[in-house]
Amino acid sequence: MGTYSTNEFKGGLKVMLDGDPCSIVENEFVKPGKGQAFSRVKLRNLKTGRVWERTFRSGESLESADVMDRDMEYLYSDGEFFHFMEPETFEQYQADAKAVGDAAKWLKEQDVCVVTLFNGAPLAVTPPNHVILEITDTDPGLRGDTAQGGNKPATLSTGAVVKVPLFLEIGESIKVDTRTAEYQGRAKED
Amino acid sequence: MSESLWRPTAPLENLRRRATLLADIRRFFSERQVLEMEVPLLSRRATSDPHIDSITAGCSGAPAFLATSPEFGLKRLVAAGIGDCYYLGKAFRNGEAGGRHNPEFTMLEWYRLGWDDHRLMIEVGELLSHVLRISRVRSYSYRSLFLQHLDVDPHRASLEELKAVVARVLELSFEPAGRDECLDLLMSHHIEPRMDGDGQPGITLVYDFPASQAALARVEDDELEVPVARRFEAYVGGMELANGYWELTDAPEQLRRFEADRRYREDNDKPVYPFEERLVQALEAGMPDCAGVALGVDRLLMLACGAGRIEEVIAFPVERA
Repeated sequence: MGTYSTNEFKGGLKVMLDGDPCSIVENEFVKPGKGQAFSRVKLRNLKTGRVWERTFRSGESLESADVMDRDMEYLYSDGEFFHFMEPETFEQYQADAKAVGDAAKWLKEQDVCVVTLFNGAPLAVTPPNHVILEITDTDPGLRGDTAQGGNKPATLSTGAVVKVPLFLEIGESIKVDTRTAEYQGRAKED
Repeated sequence: MSESLWRPTAPLENLRRRATLLADIRRFFSERQVLEMEVPLLSRRATSDPHIDSITAGCSGAPAFLATSPEFGLKRLVAAGIGDCYYLGKAFRNGEAGGRHNPEFTMLEWYRLGWDDHRLMIEVGELLSHVLRISRVRSYSYRSLFLQHLDVDPHRASLEELKAVVARVLELSFEPAGRDECLDLLMSHHIEPRMDGDGQPGITLVYDFPASQAALARVEDDELEVPVARRFEAYVGGMELANGYWELTDAPEQLRRFEADRRYREDNDKPVYPFEERLVQALEAGMPDCAGVALGVDRLLMLACGAGRIEEVIAFPVERA
């Protein structure tokens, strides 16, 4: 694996820091007119998701991380592992609950997610930005209330709970933005 | 994407603003009888600054260097008797690229005979207020800023104390090597961004820098009898804009500093360039007492345009030049 010097640091570059794979978010060149040059770097730890800031001396370098993002189809969960498949090679990967993290509550079989591989093993899972899920539990709908505001919690087939308008009923499918957990609308019938 | 690489990165409106800014600066100095001078940008001699690298060119079969500032040329002119003068044009620094840096940039530098650093600070404040329409100007000593923001005396604290302050406020990938590295880190990472803490942009002038960061400024005792550099900096919106000195006129001391800079560069495996011995000769011949200051014009334009990054005010930054 190669190394990258601070002047090559840019958003999206994957590097190893303190033994963990990280993605560079931002790199700012800082140099007082009469002083030393530094690189002030924001990195996201790909294992924990935490973003932190660290300052390097200009010219320092970091090892590159063997990290890549792949589109994969979610197959099923066996209770312990979540199984994914690369649609072109049919190669299957299993990710543990730690790698899947919060994405678990949006995973619907056959949806295509981004699986981040580190040294060939799943490190993180990003669900699609929008998913269509069925409401499995909510308070009864109020007729004639479609025009007014107000909402209520609804439990979806994957276990996620989102706020939905009052008129929606159990059994209806809705579209949700997974980045904000916000209701986007009723799913179109087809 | 690639088909638009011929275009300027800066909006045309900002480039038009650049033209009026340059005209404003020239008018400001013309009204004050300060004369515009040109100096060589291609020289057989280079900077000695420990932290600035020259760009090496070739000319007539021998190495030549692009000027990192007009300082040496202007000082030779001052020693020759030209009087109050300024340079407004390009300067070049190798490897400096980022949101506030471009290796080729526009610099304003001027000299005032018979003035000291505090007199020149007033004029820097006047120029900045005039161009940016900001009326609030505040001055702090380097020590008072460190006491205010970090509760540490930058001149008297031990290296261990400074390292502890750095460890408290910053995460580093390395161990700071010395006092100046600690101070540079604290100033650039912690104090500068907090200078306009109340959100209102103001002009901040900082004076009496540590003697170890004197560069080409005189060193004198301050009111606590600590030797400090008679050097100042100007900041607006937490961005460093200008650096000025009550100029060193002592030739042997100038030679000692060039030699110390050279040793620092050798010890730190940095390129060592031929130093400007003609500046030492000019000081020997007798340079009048004066104060001088250099100001980054691209950054000034960023502030005038409300731009967040330098490529918003330079037509063709290095990636497109």
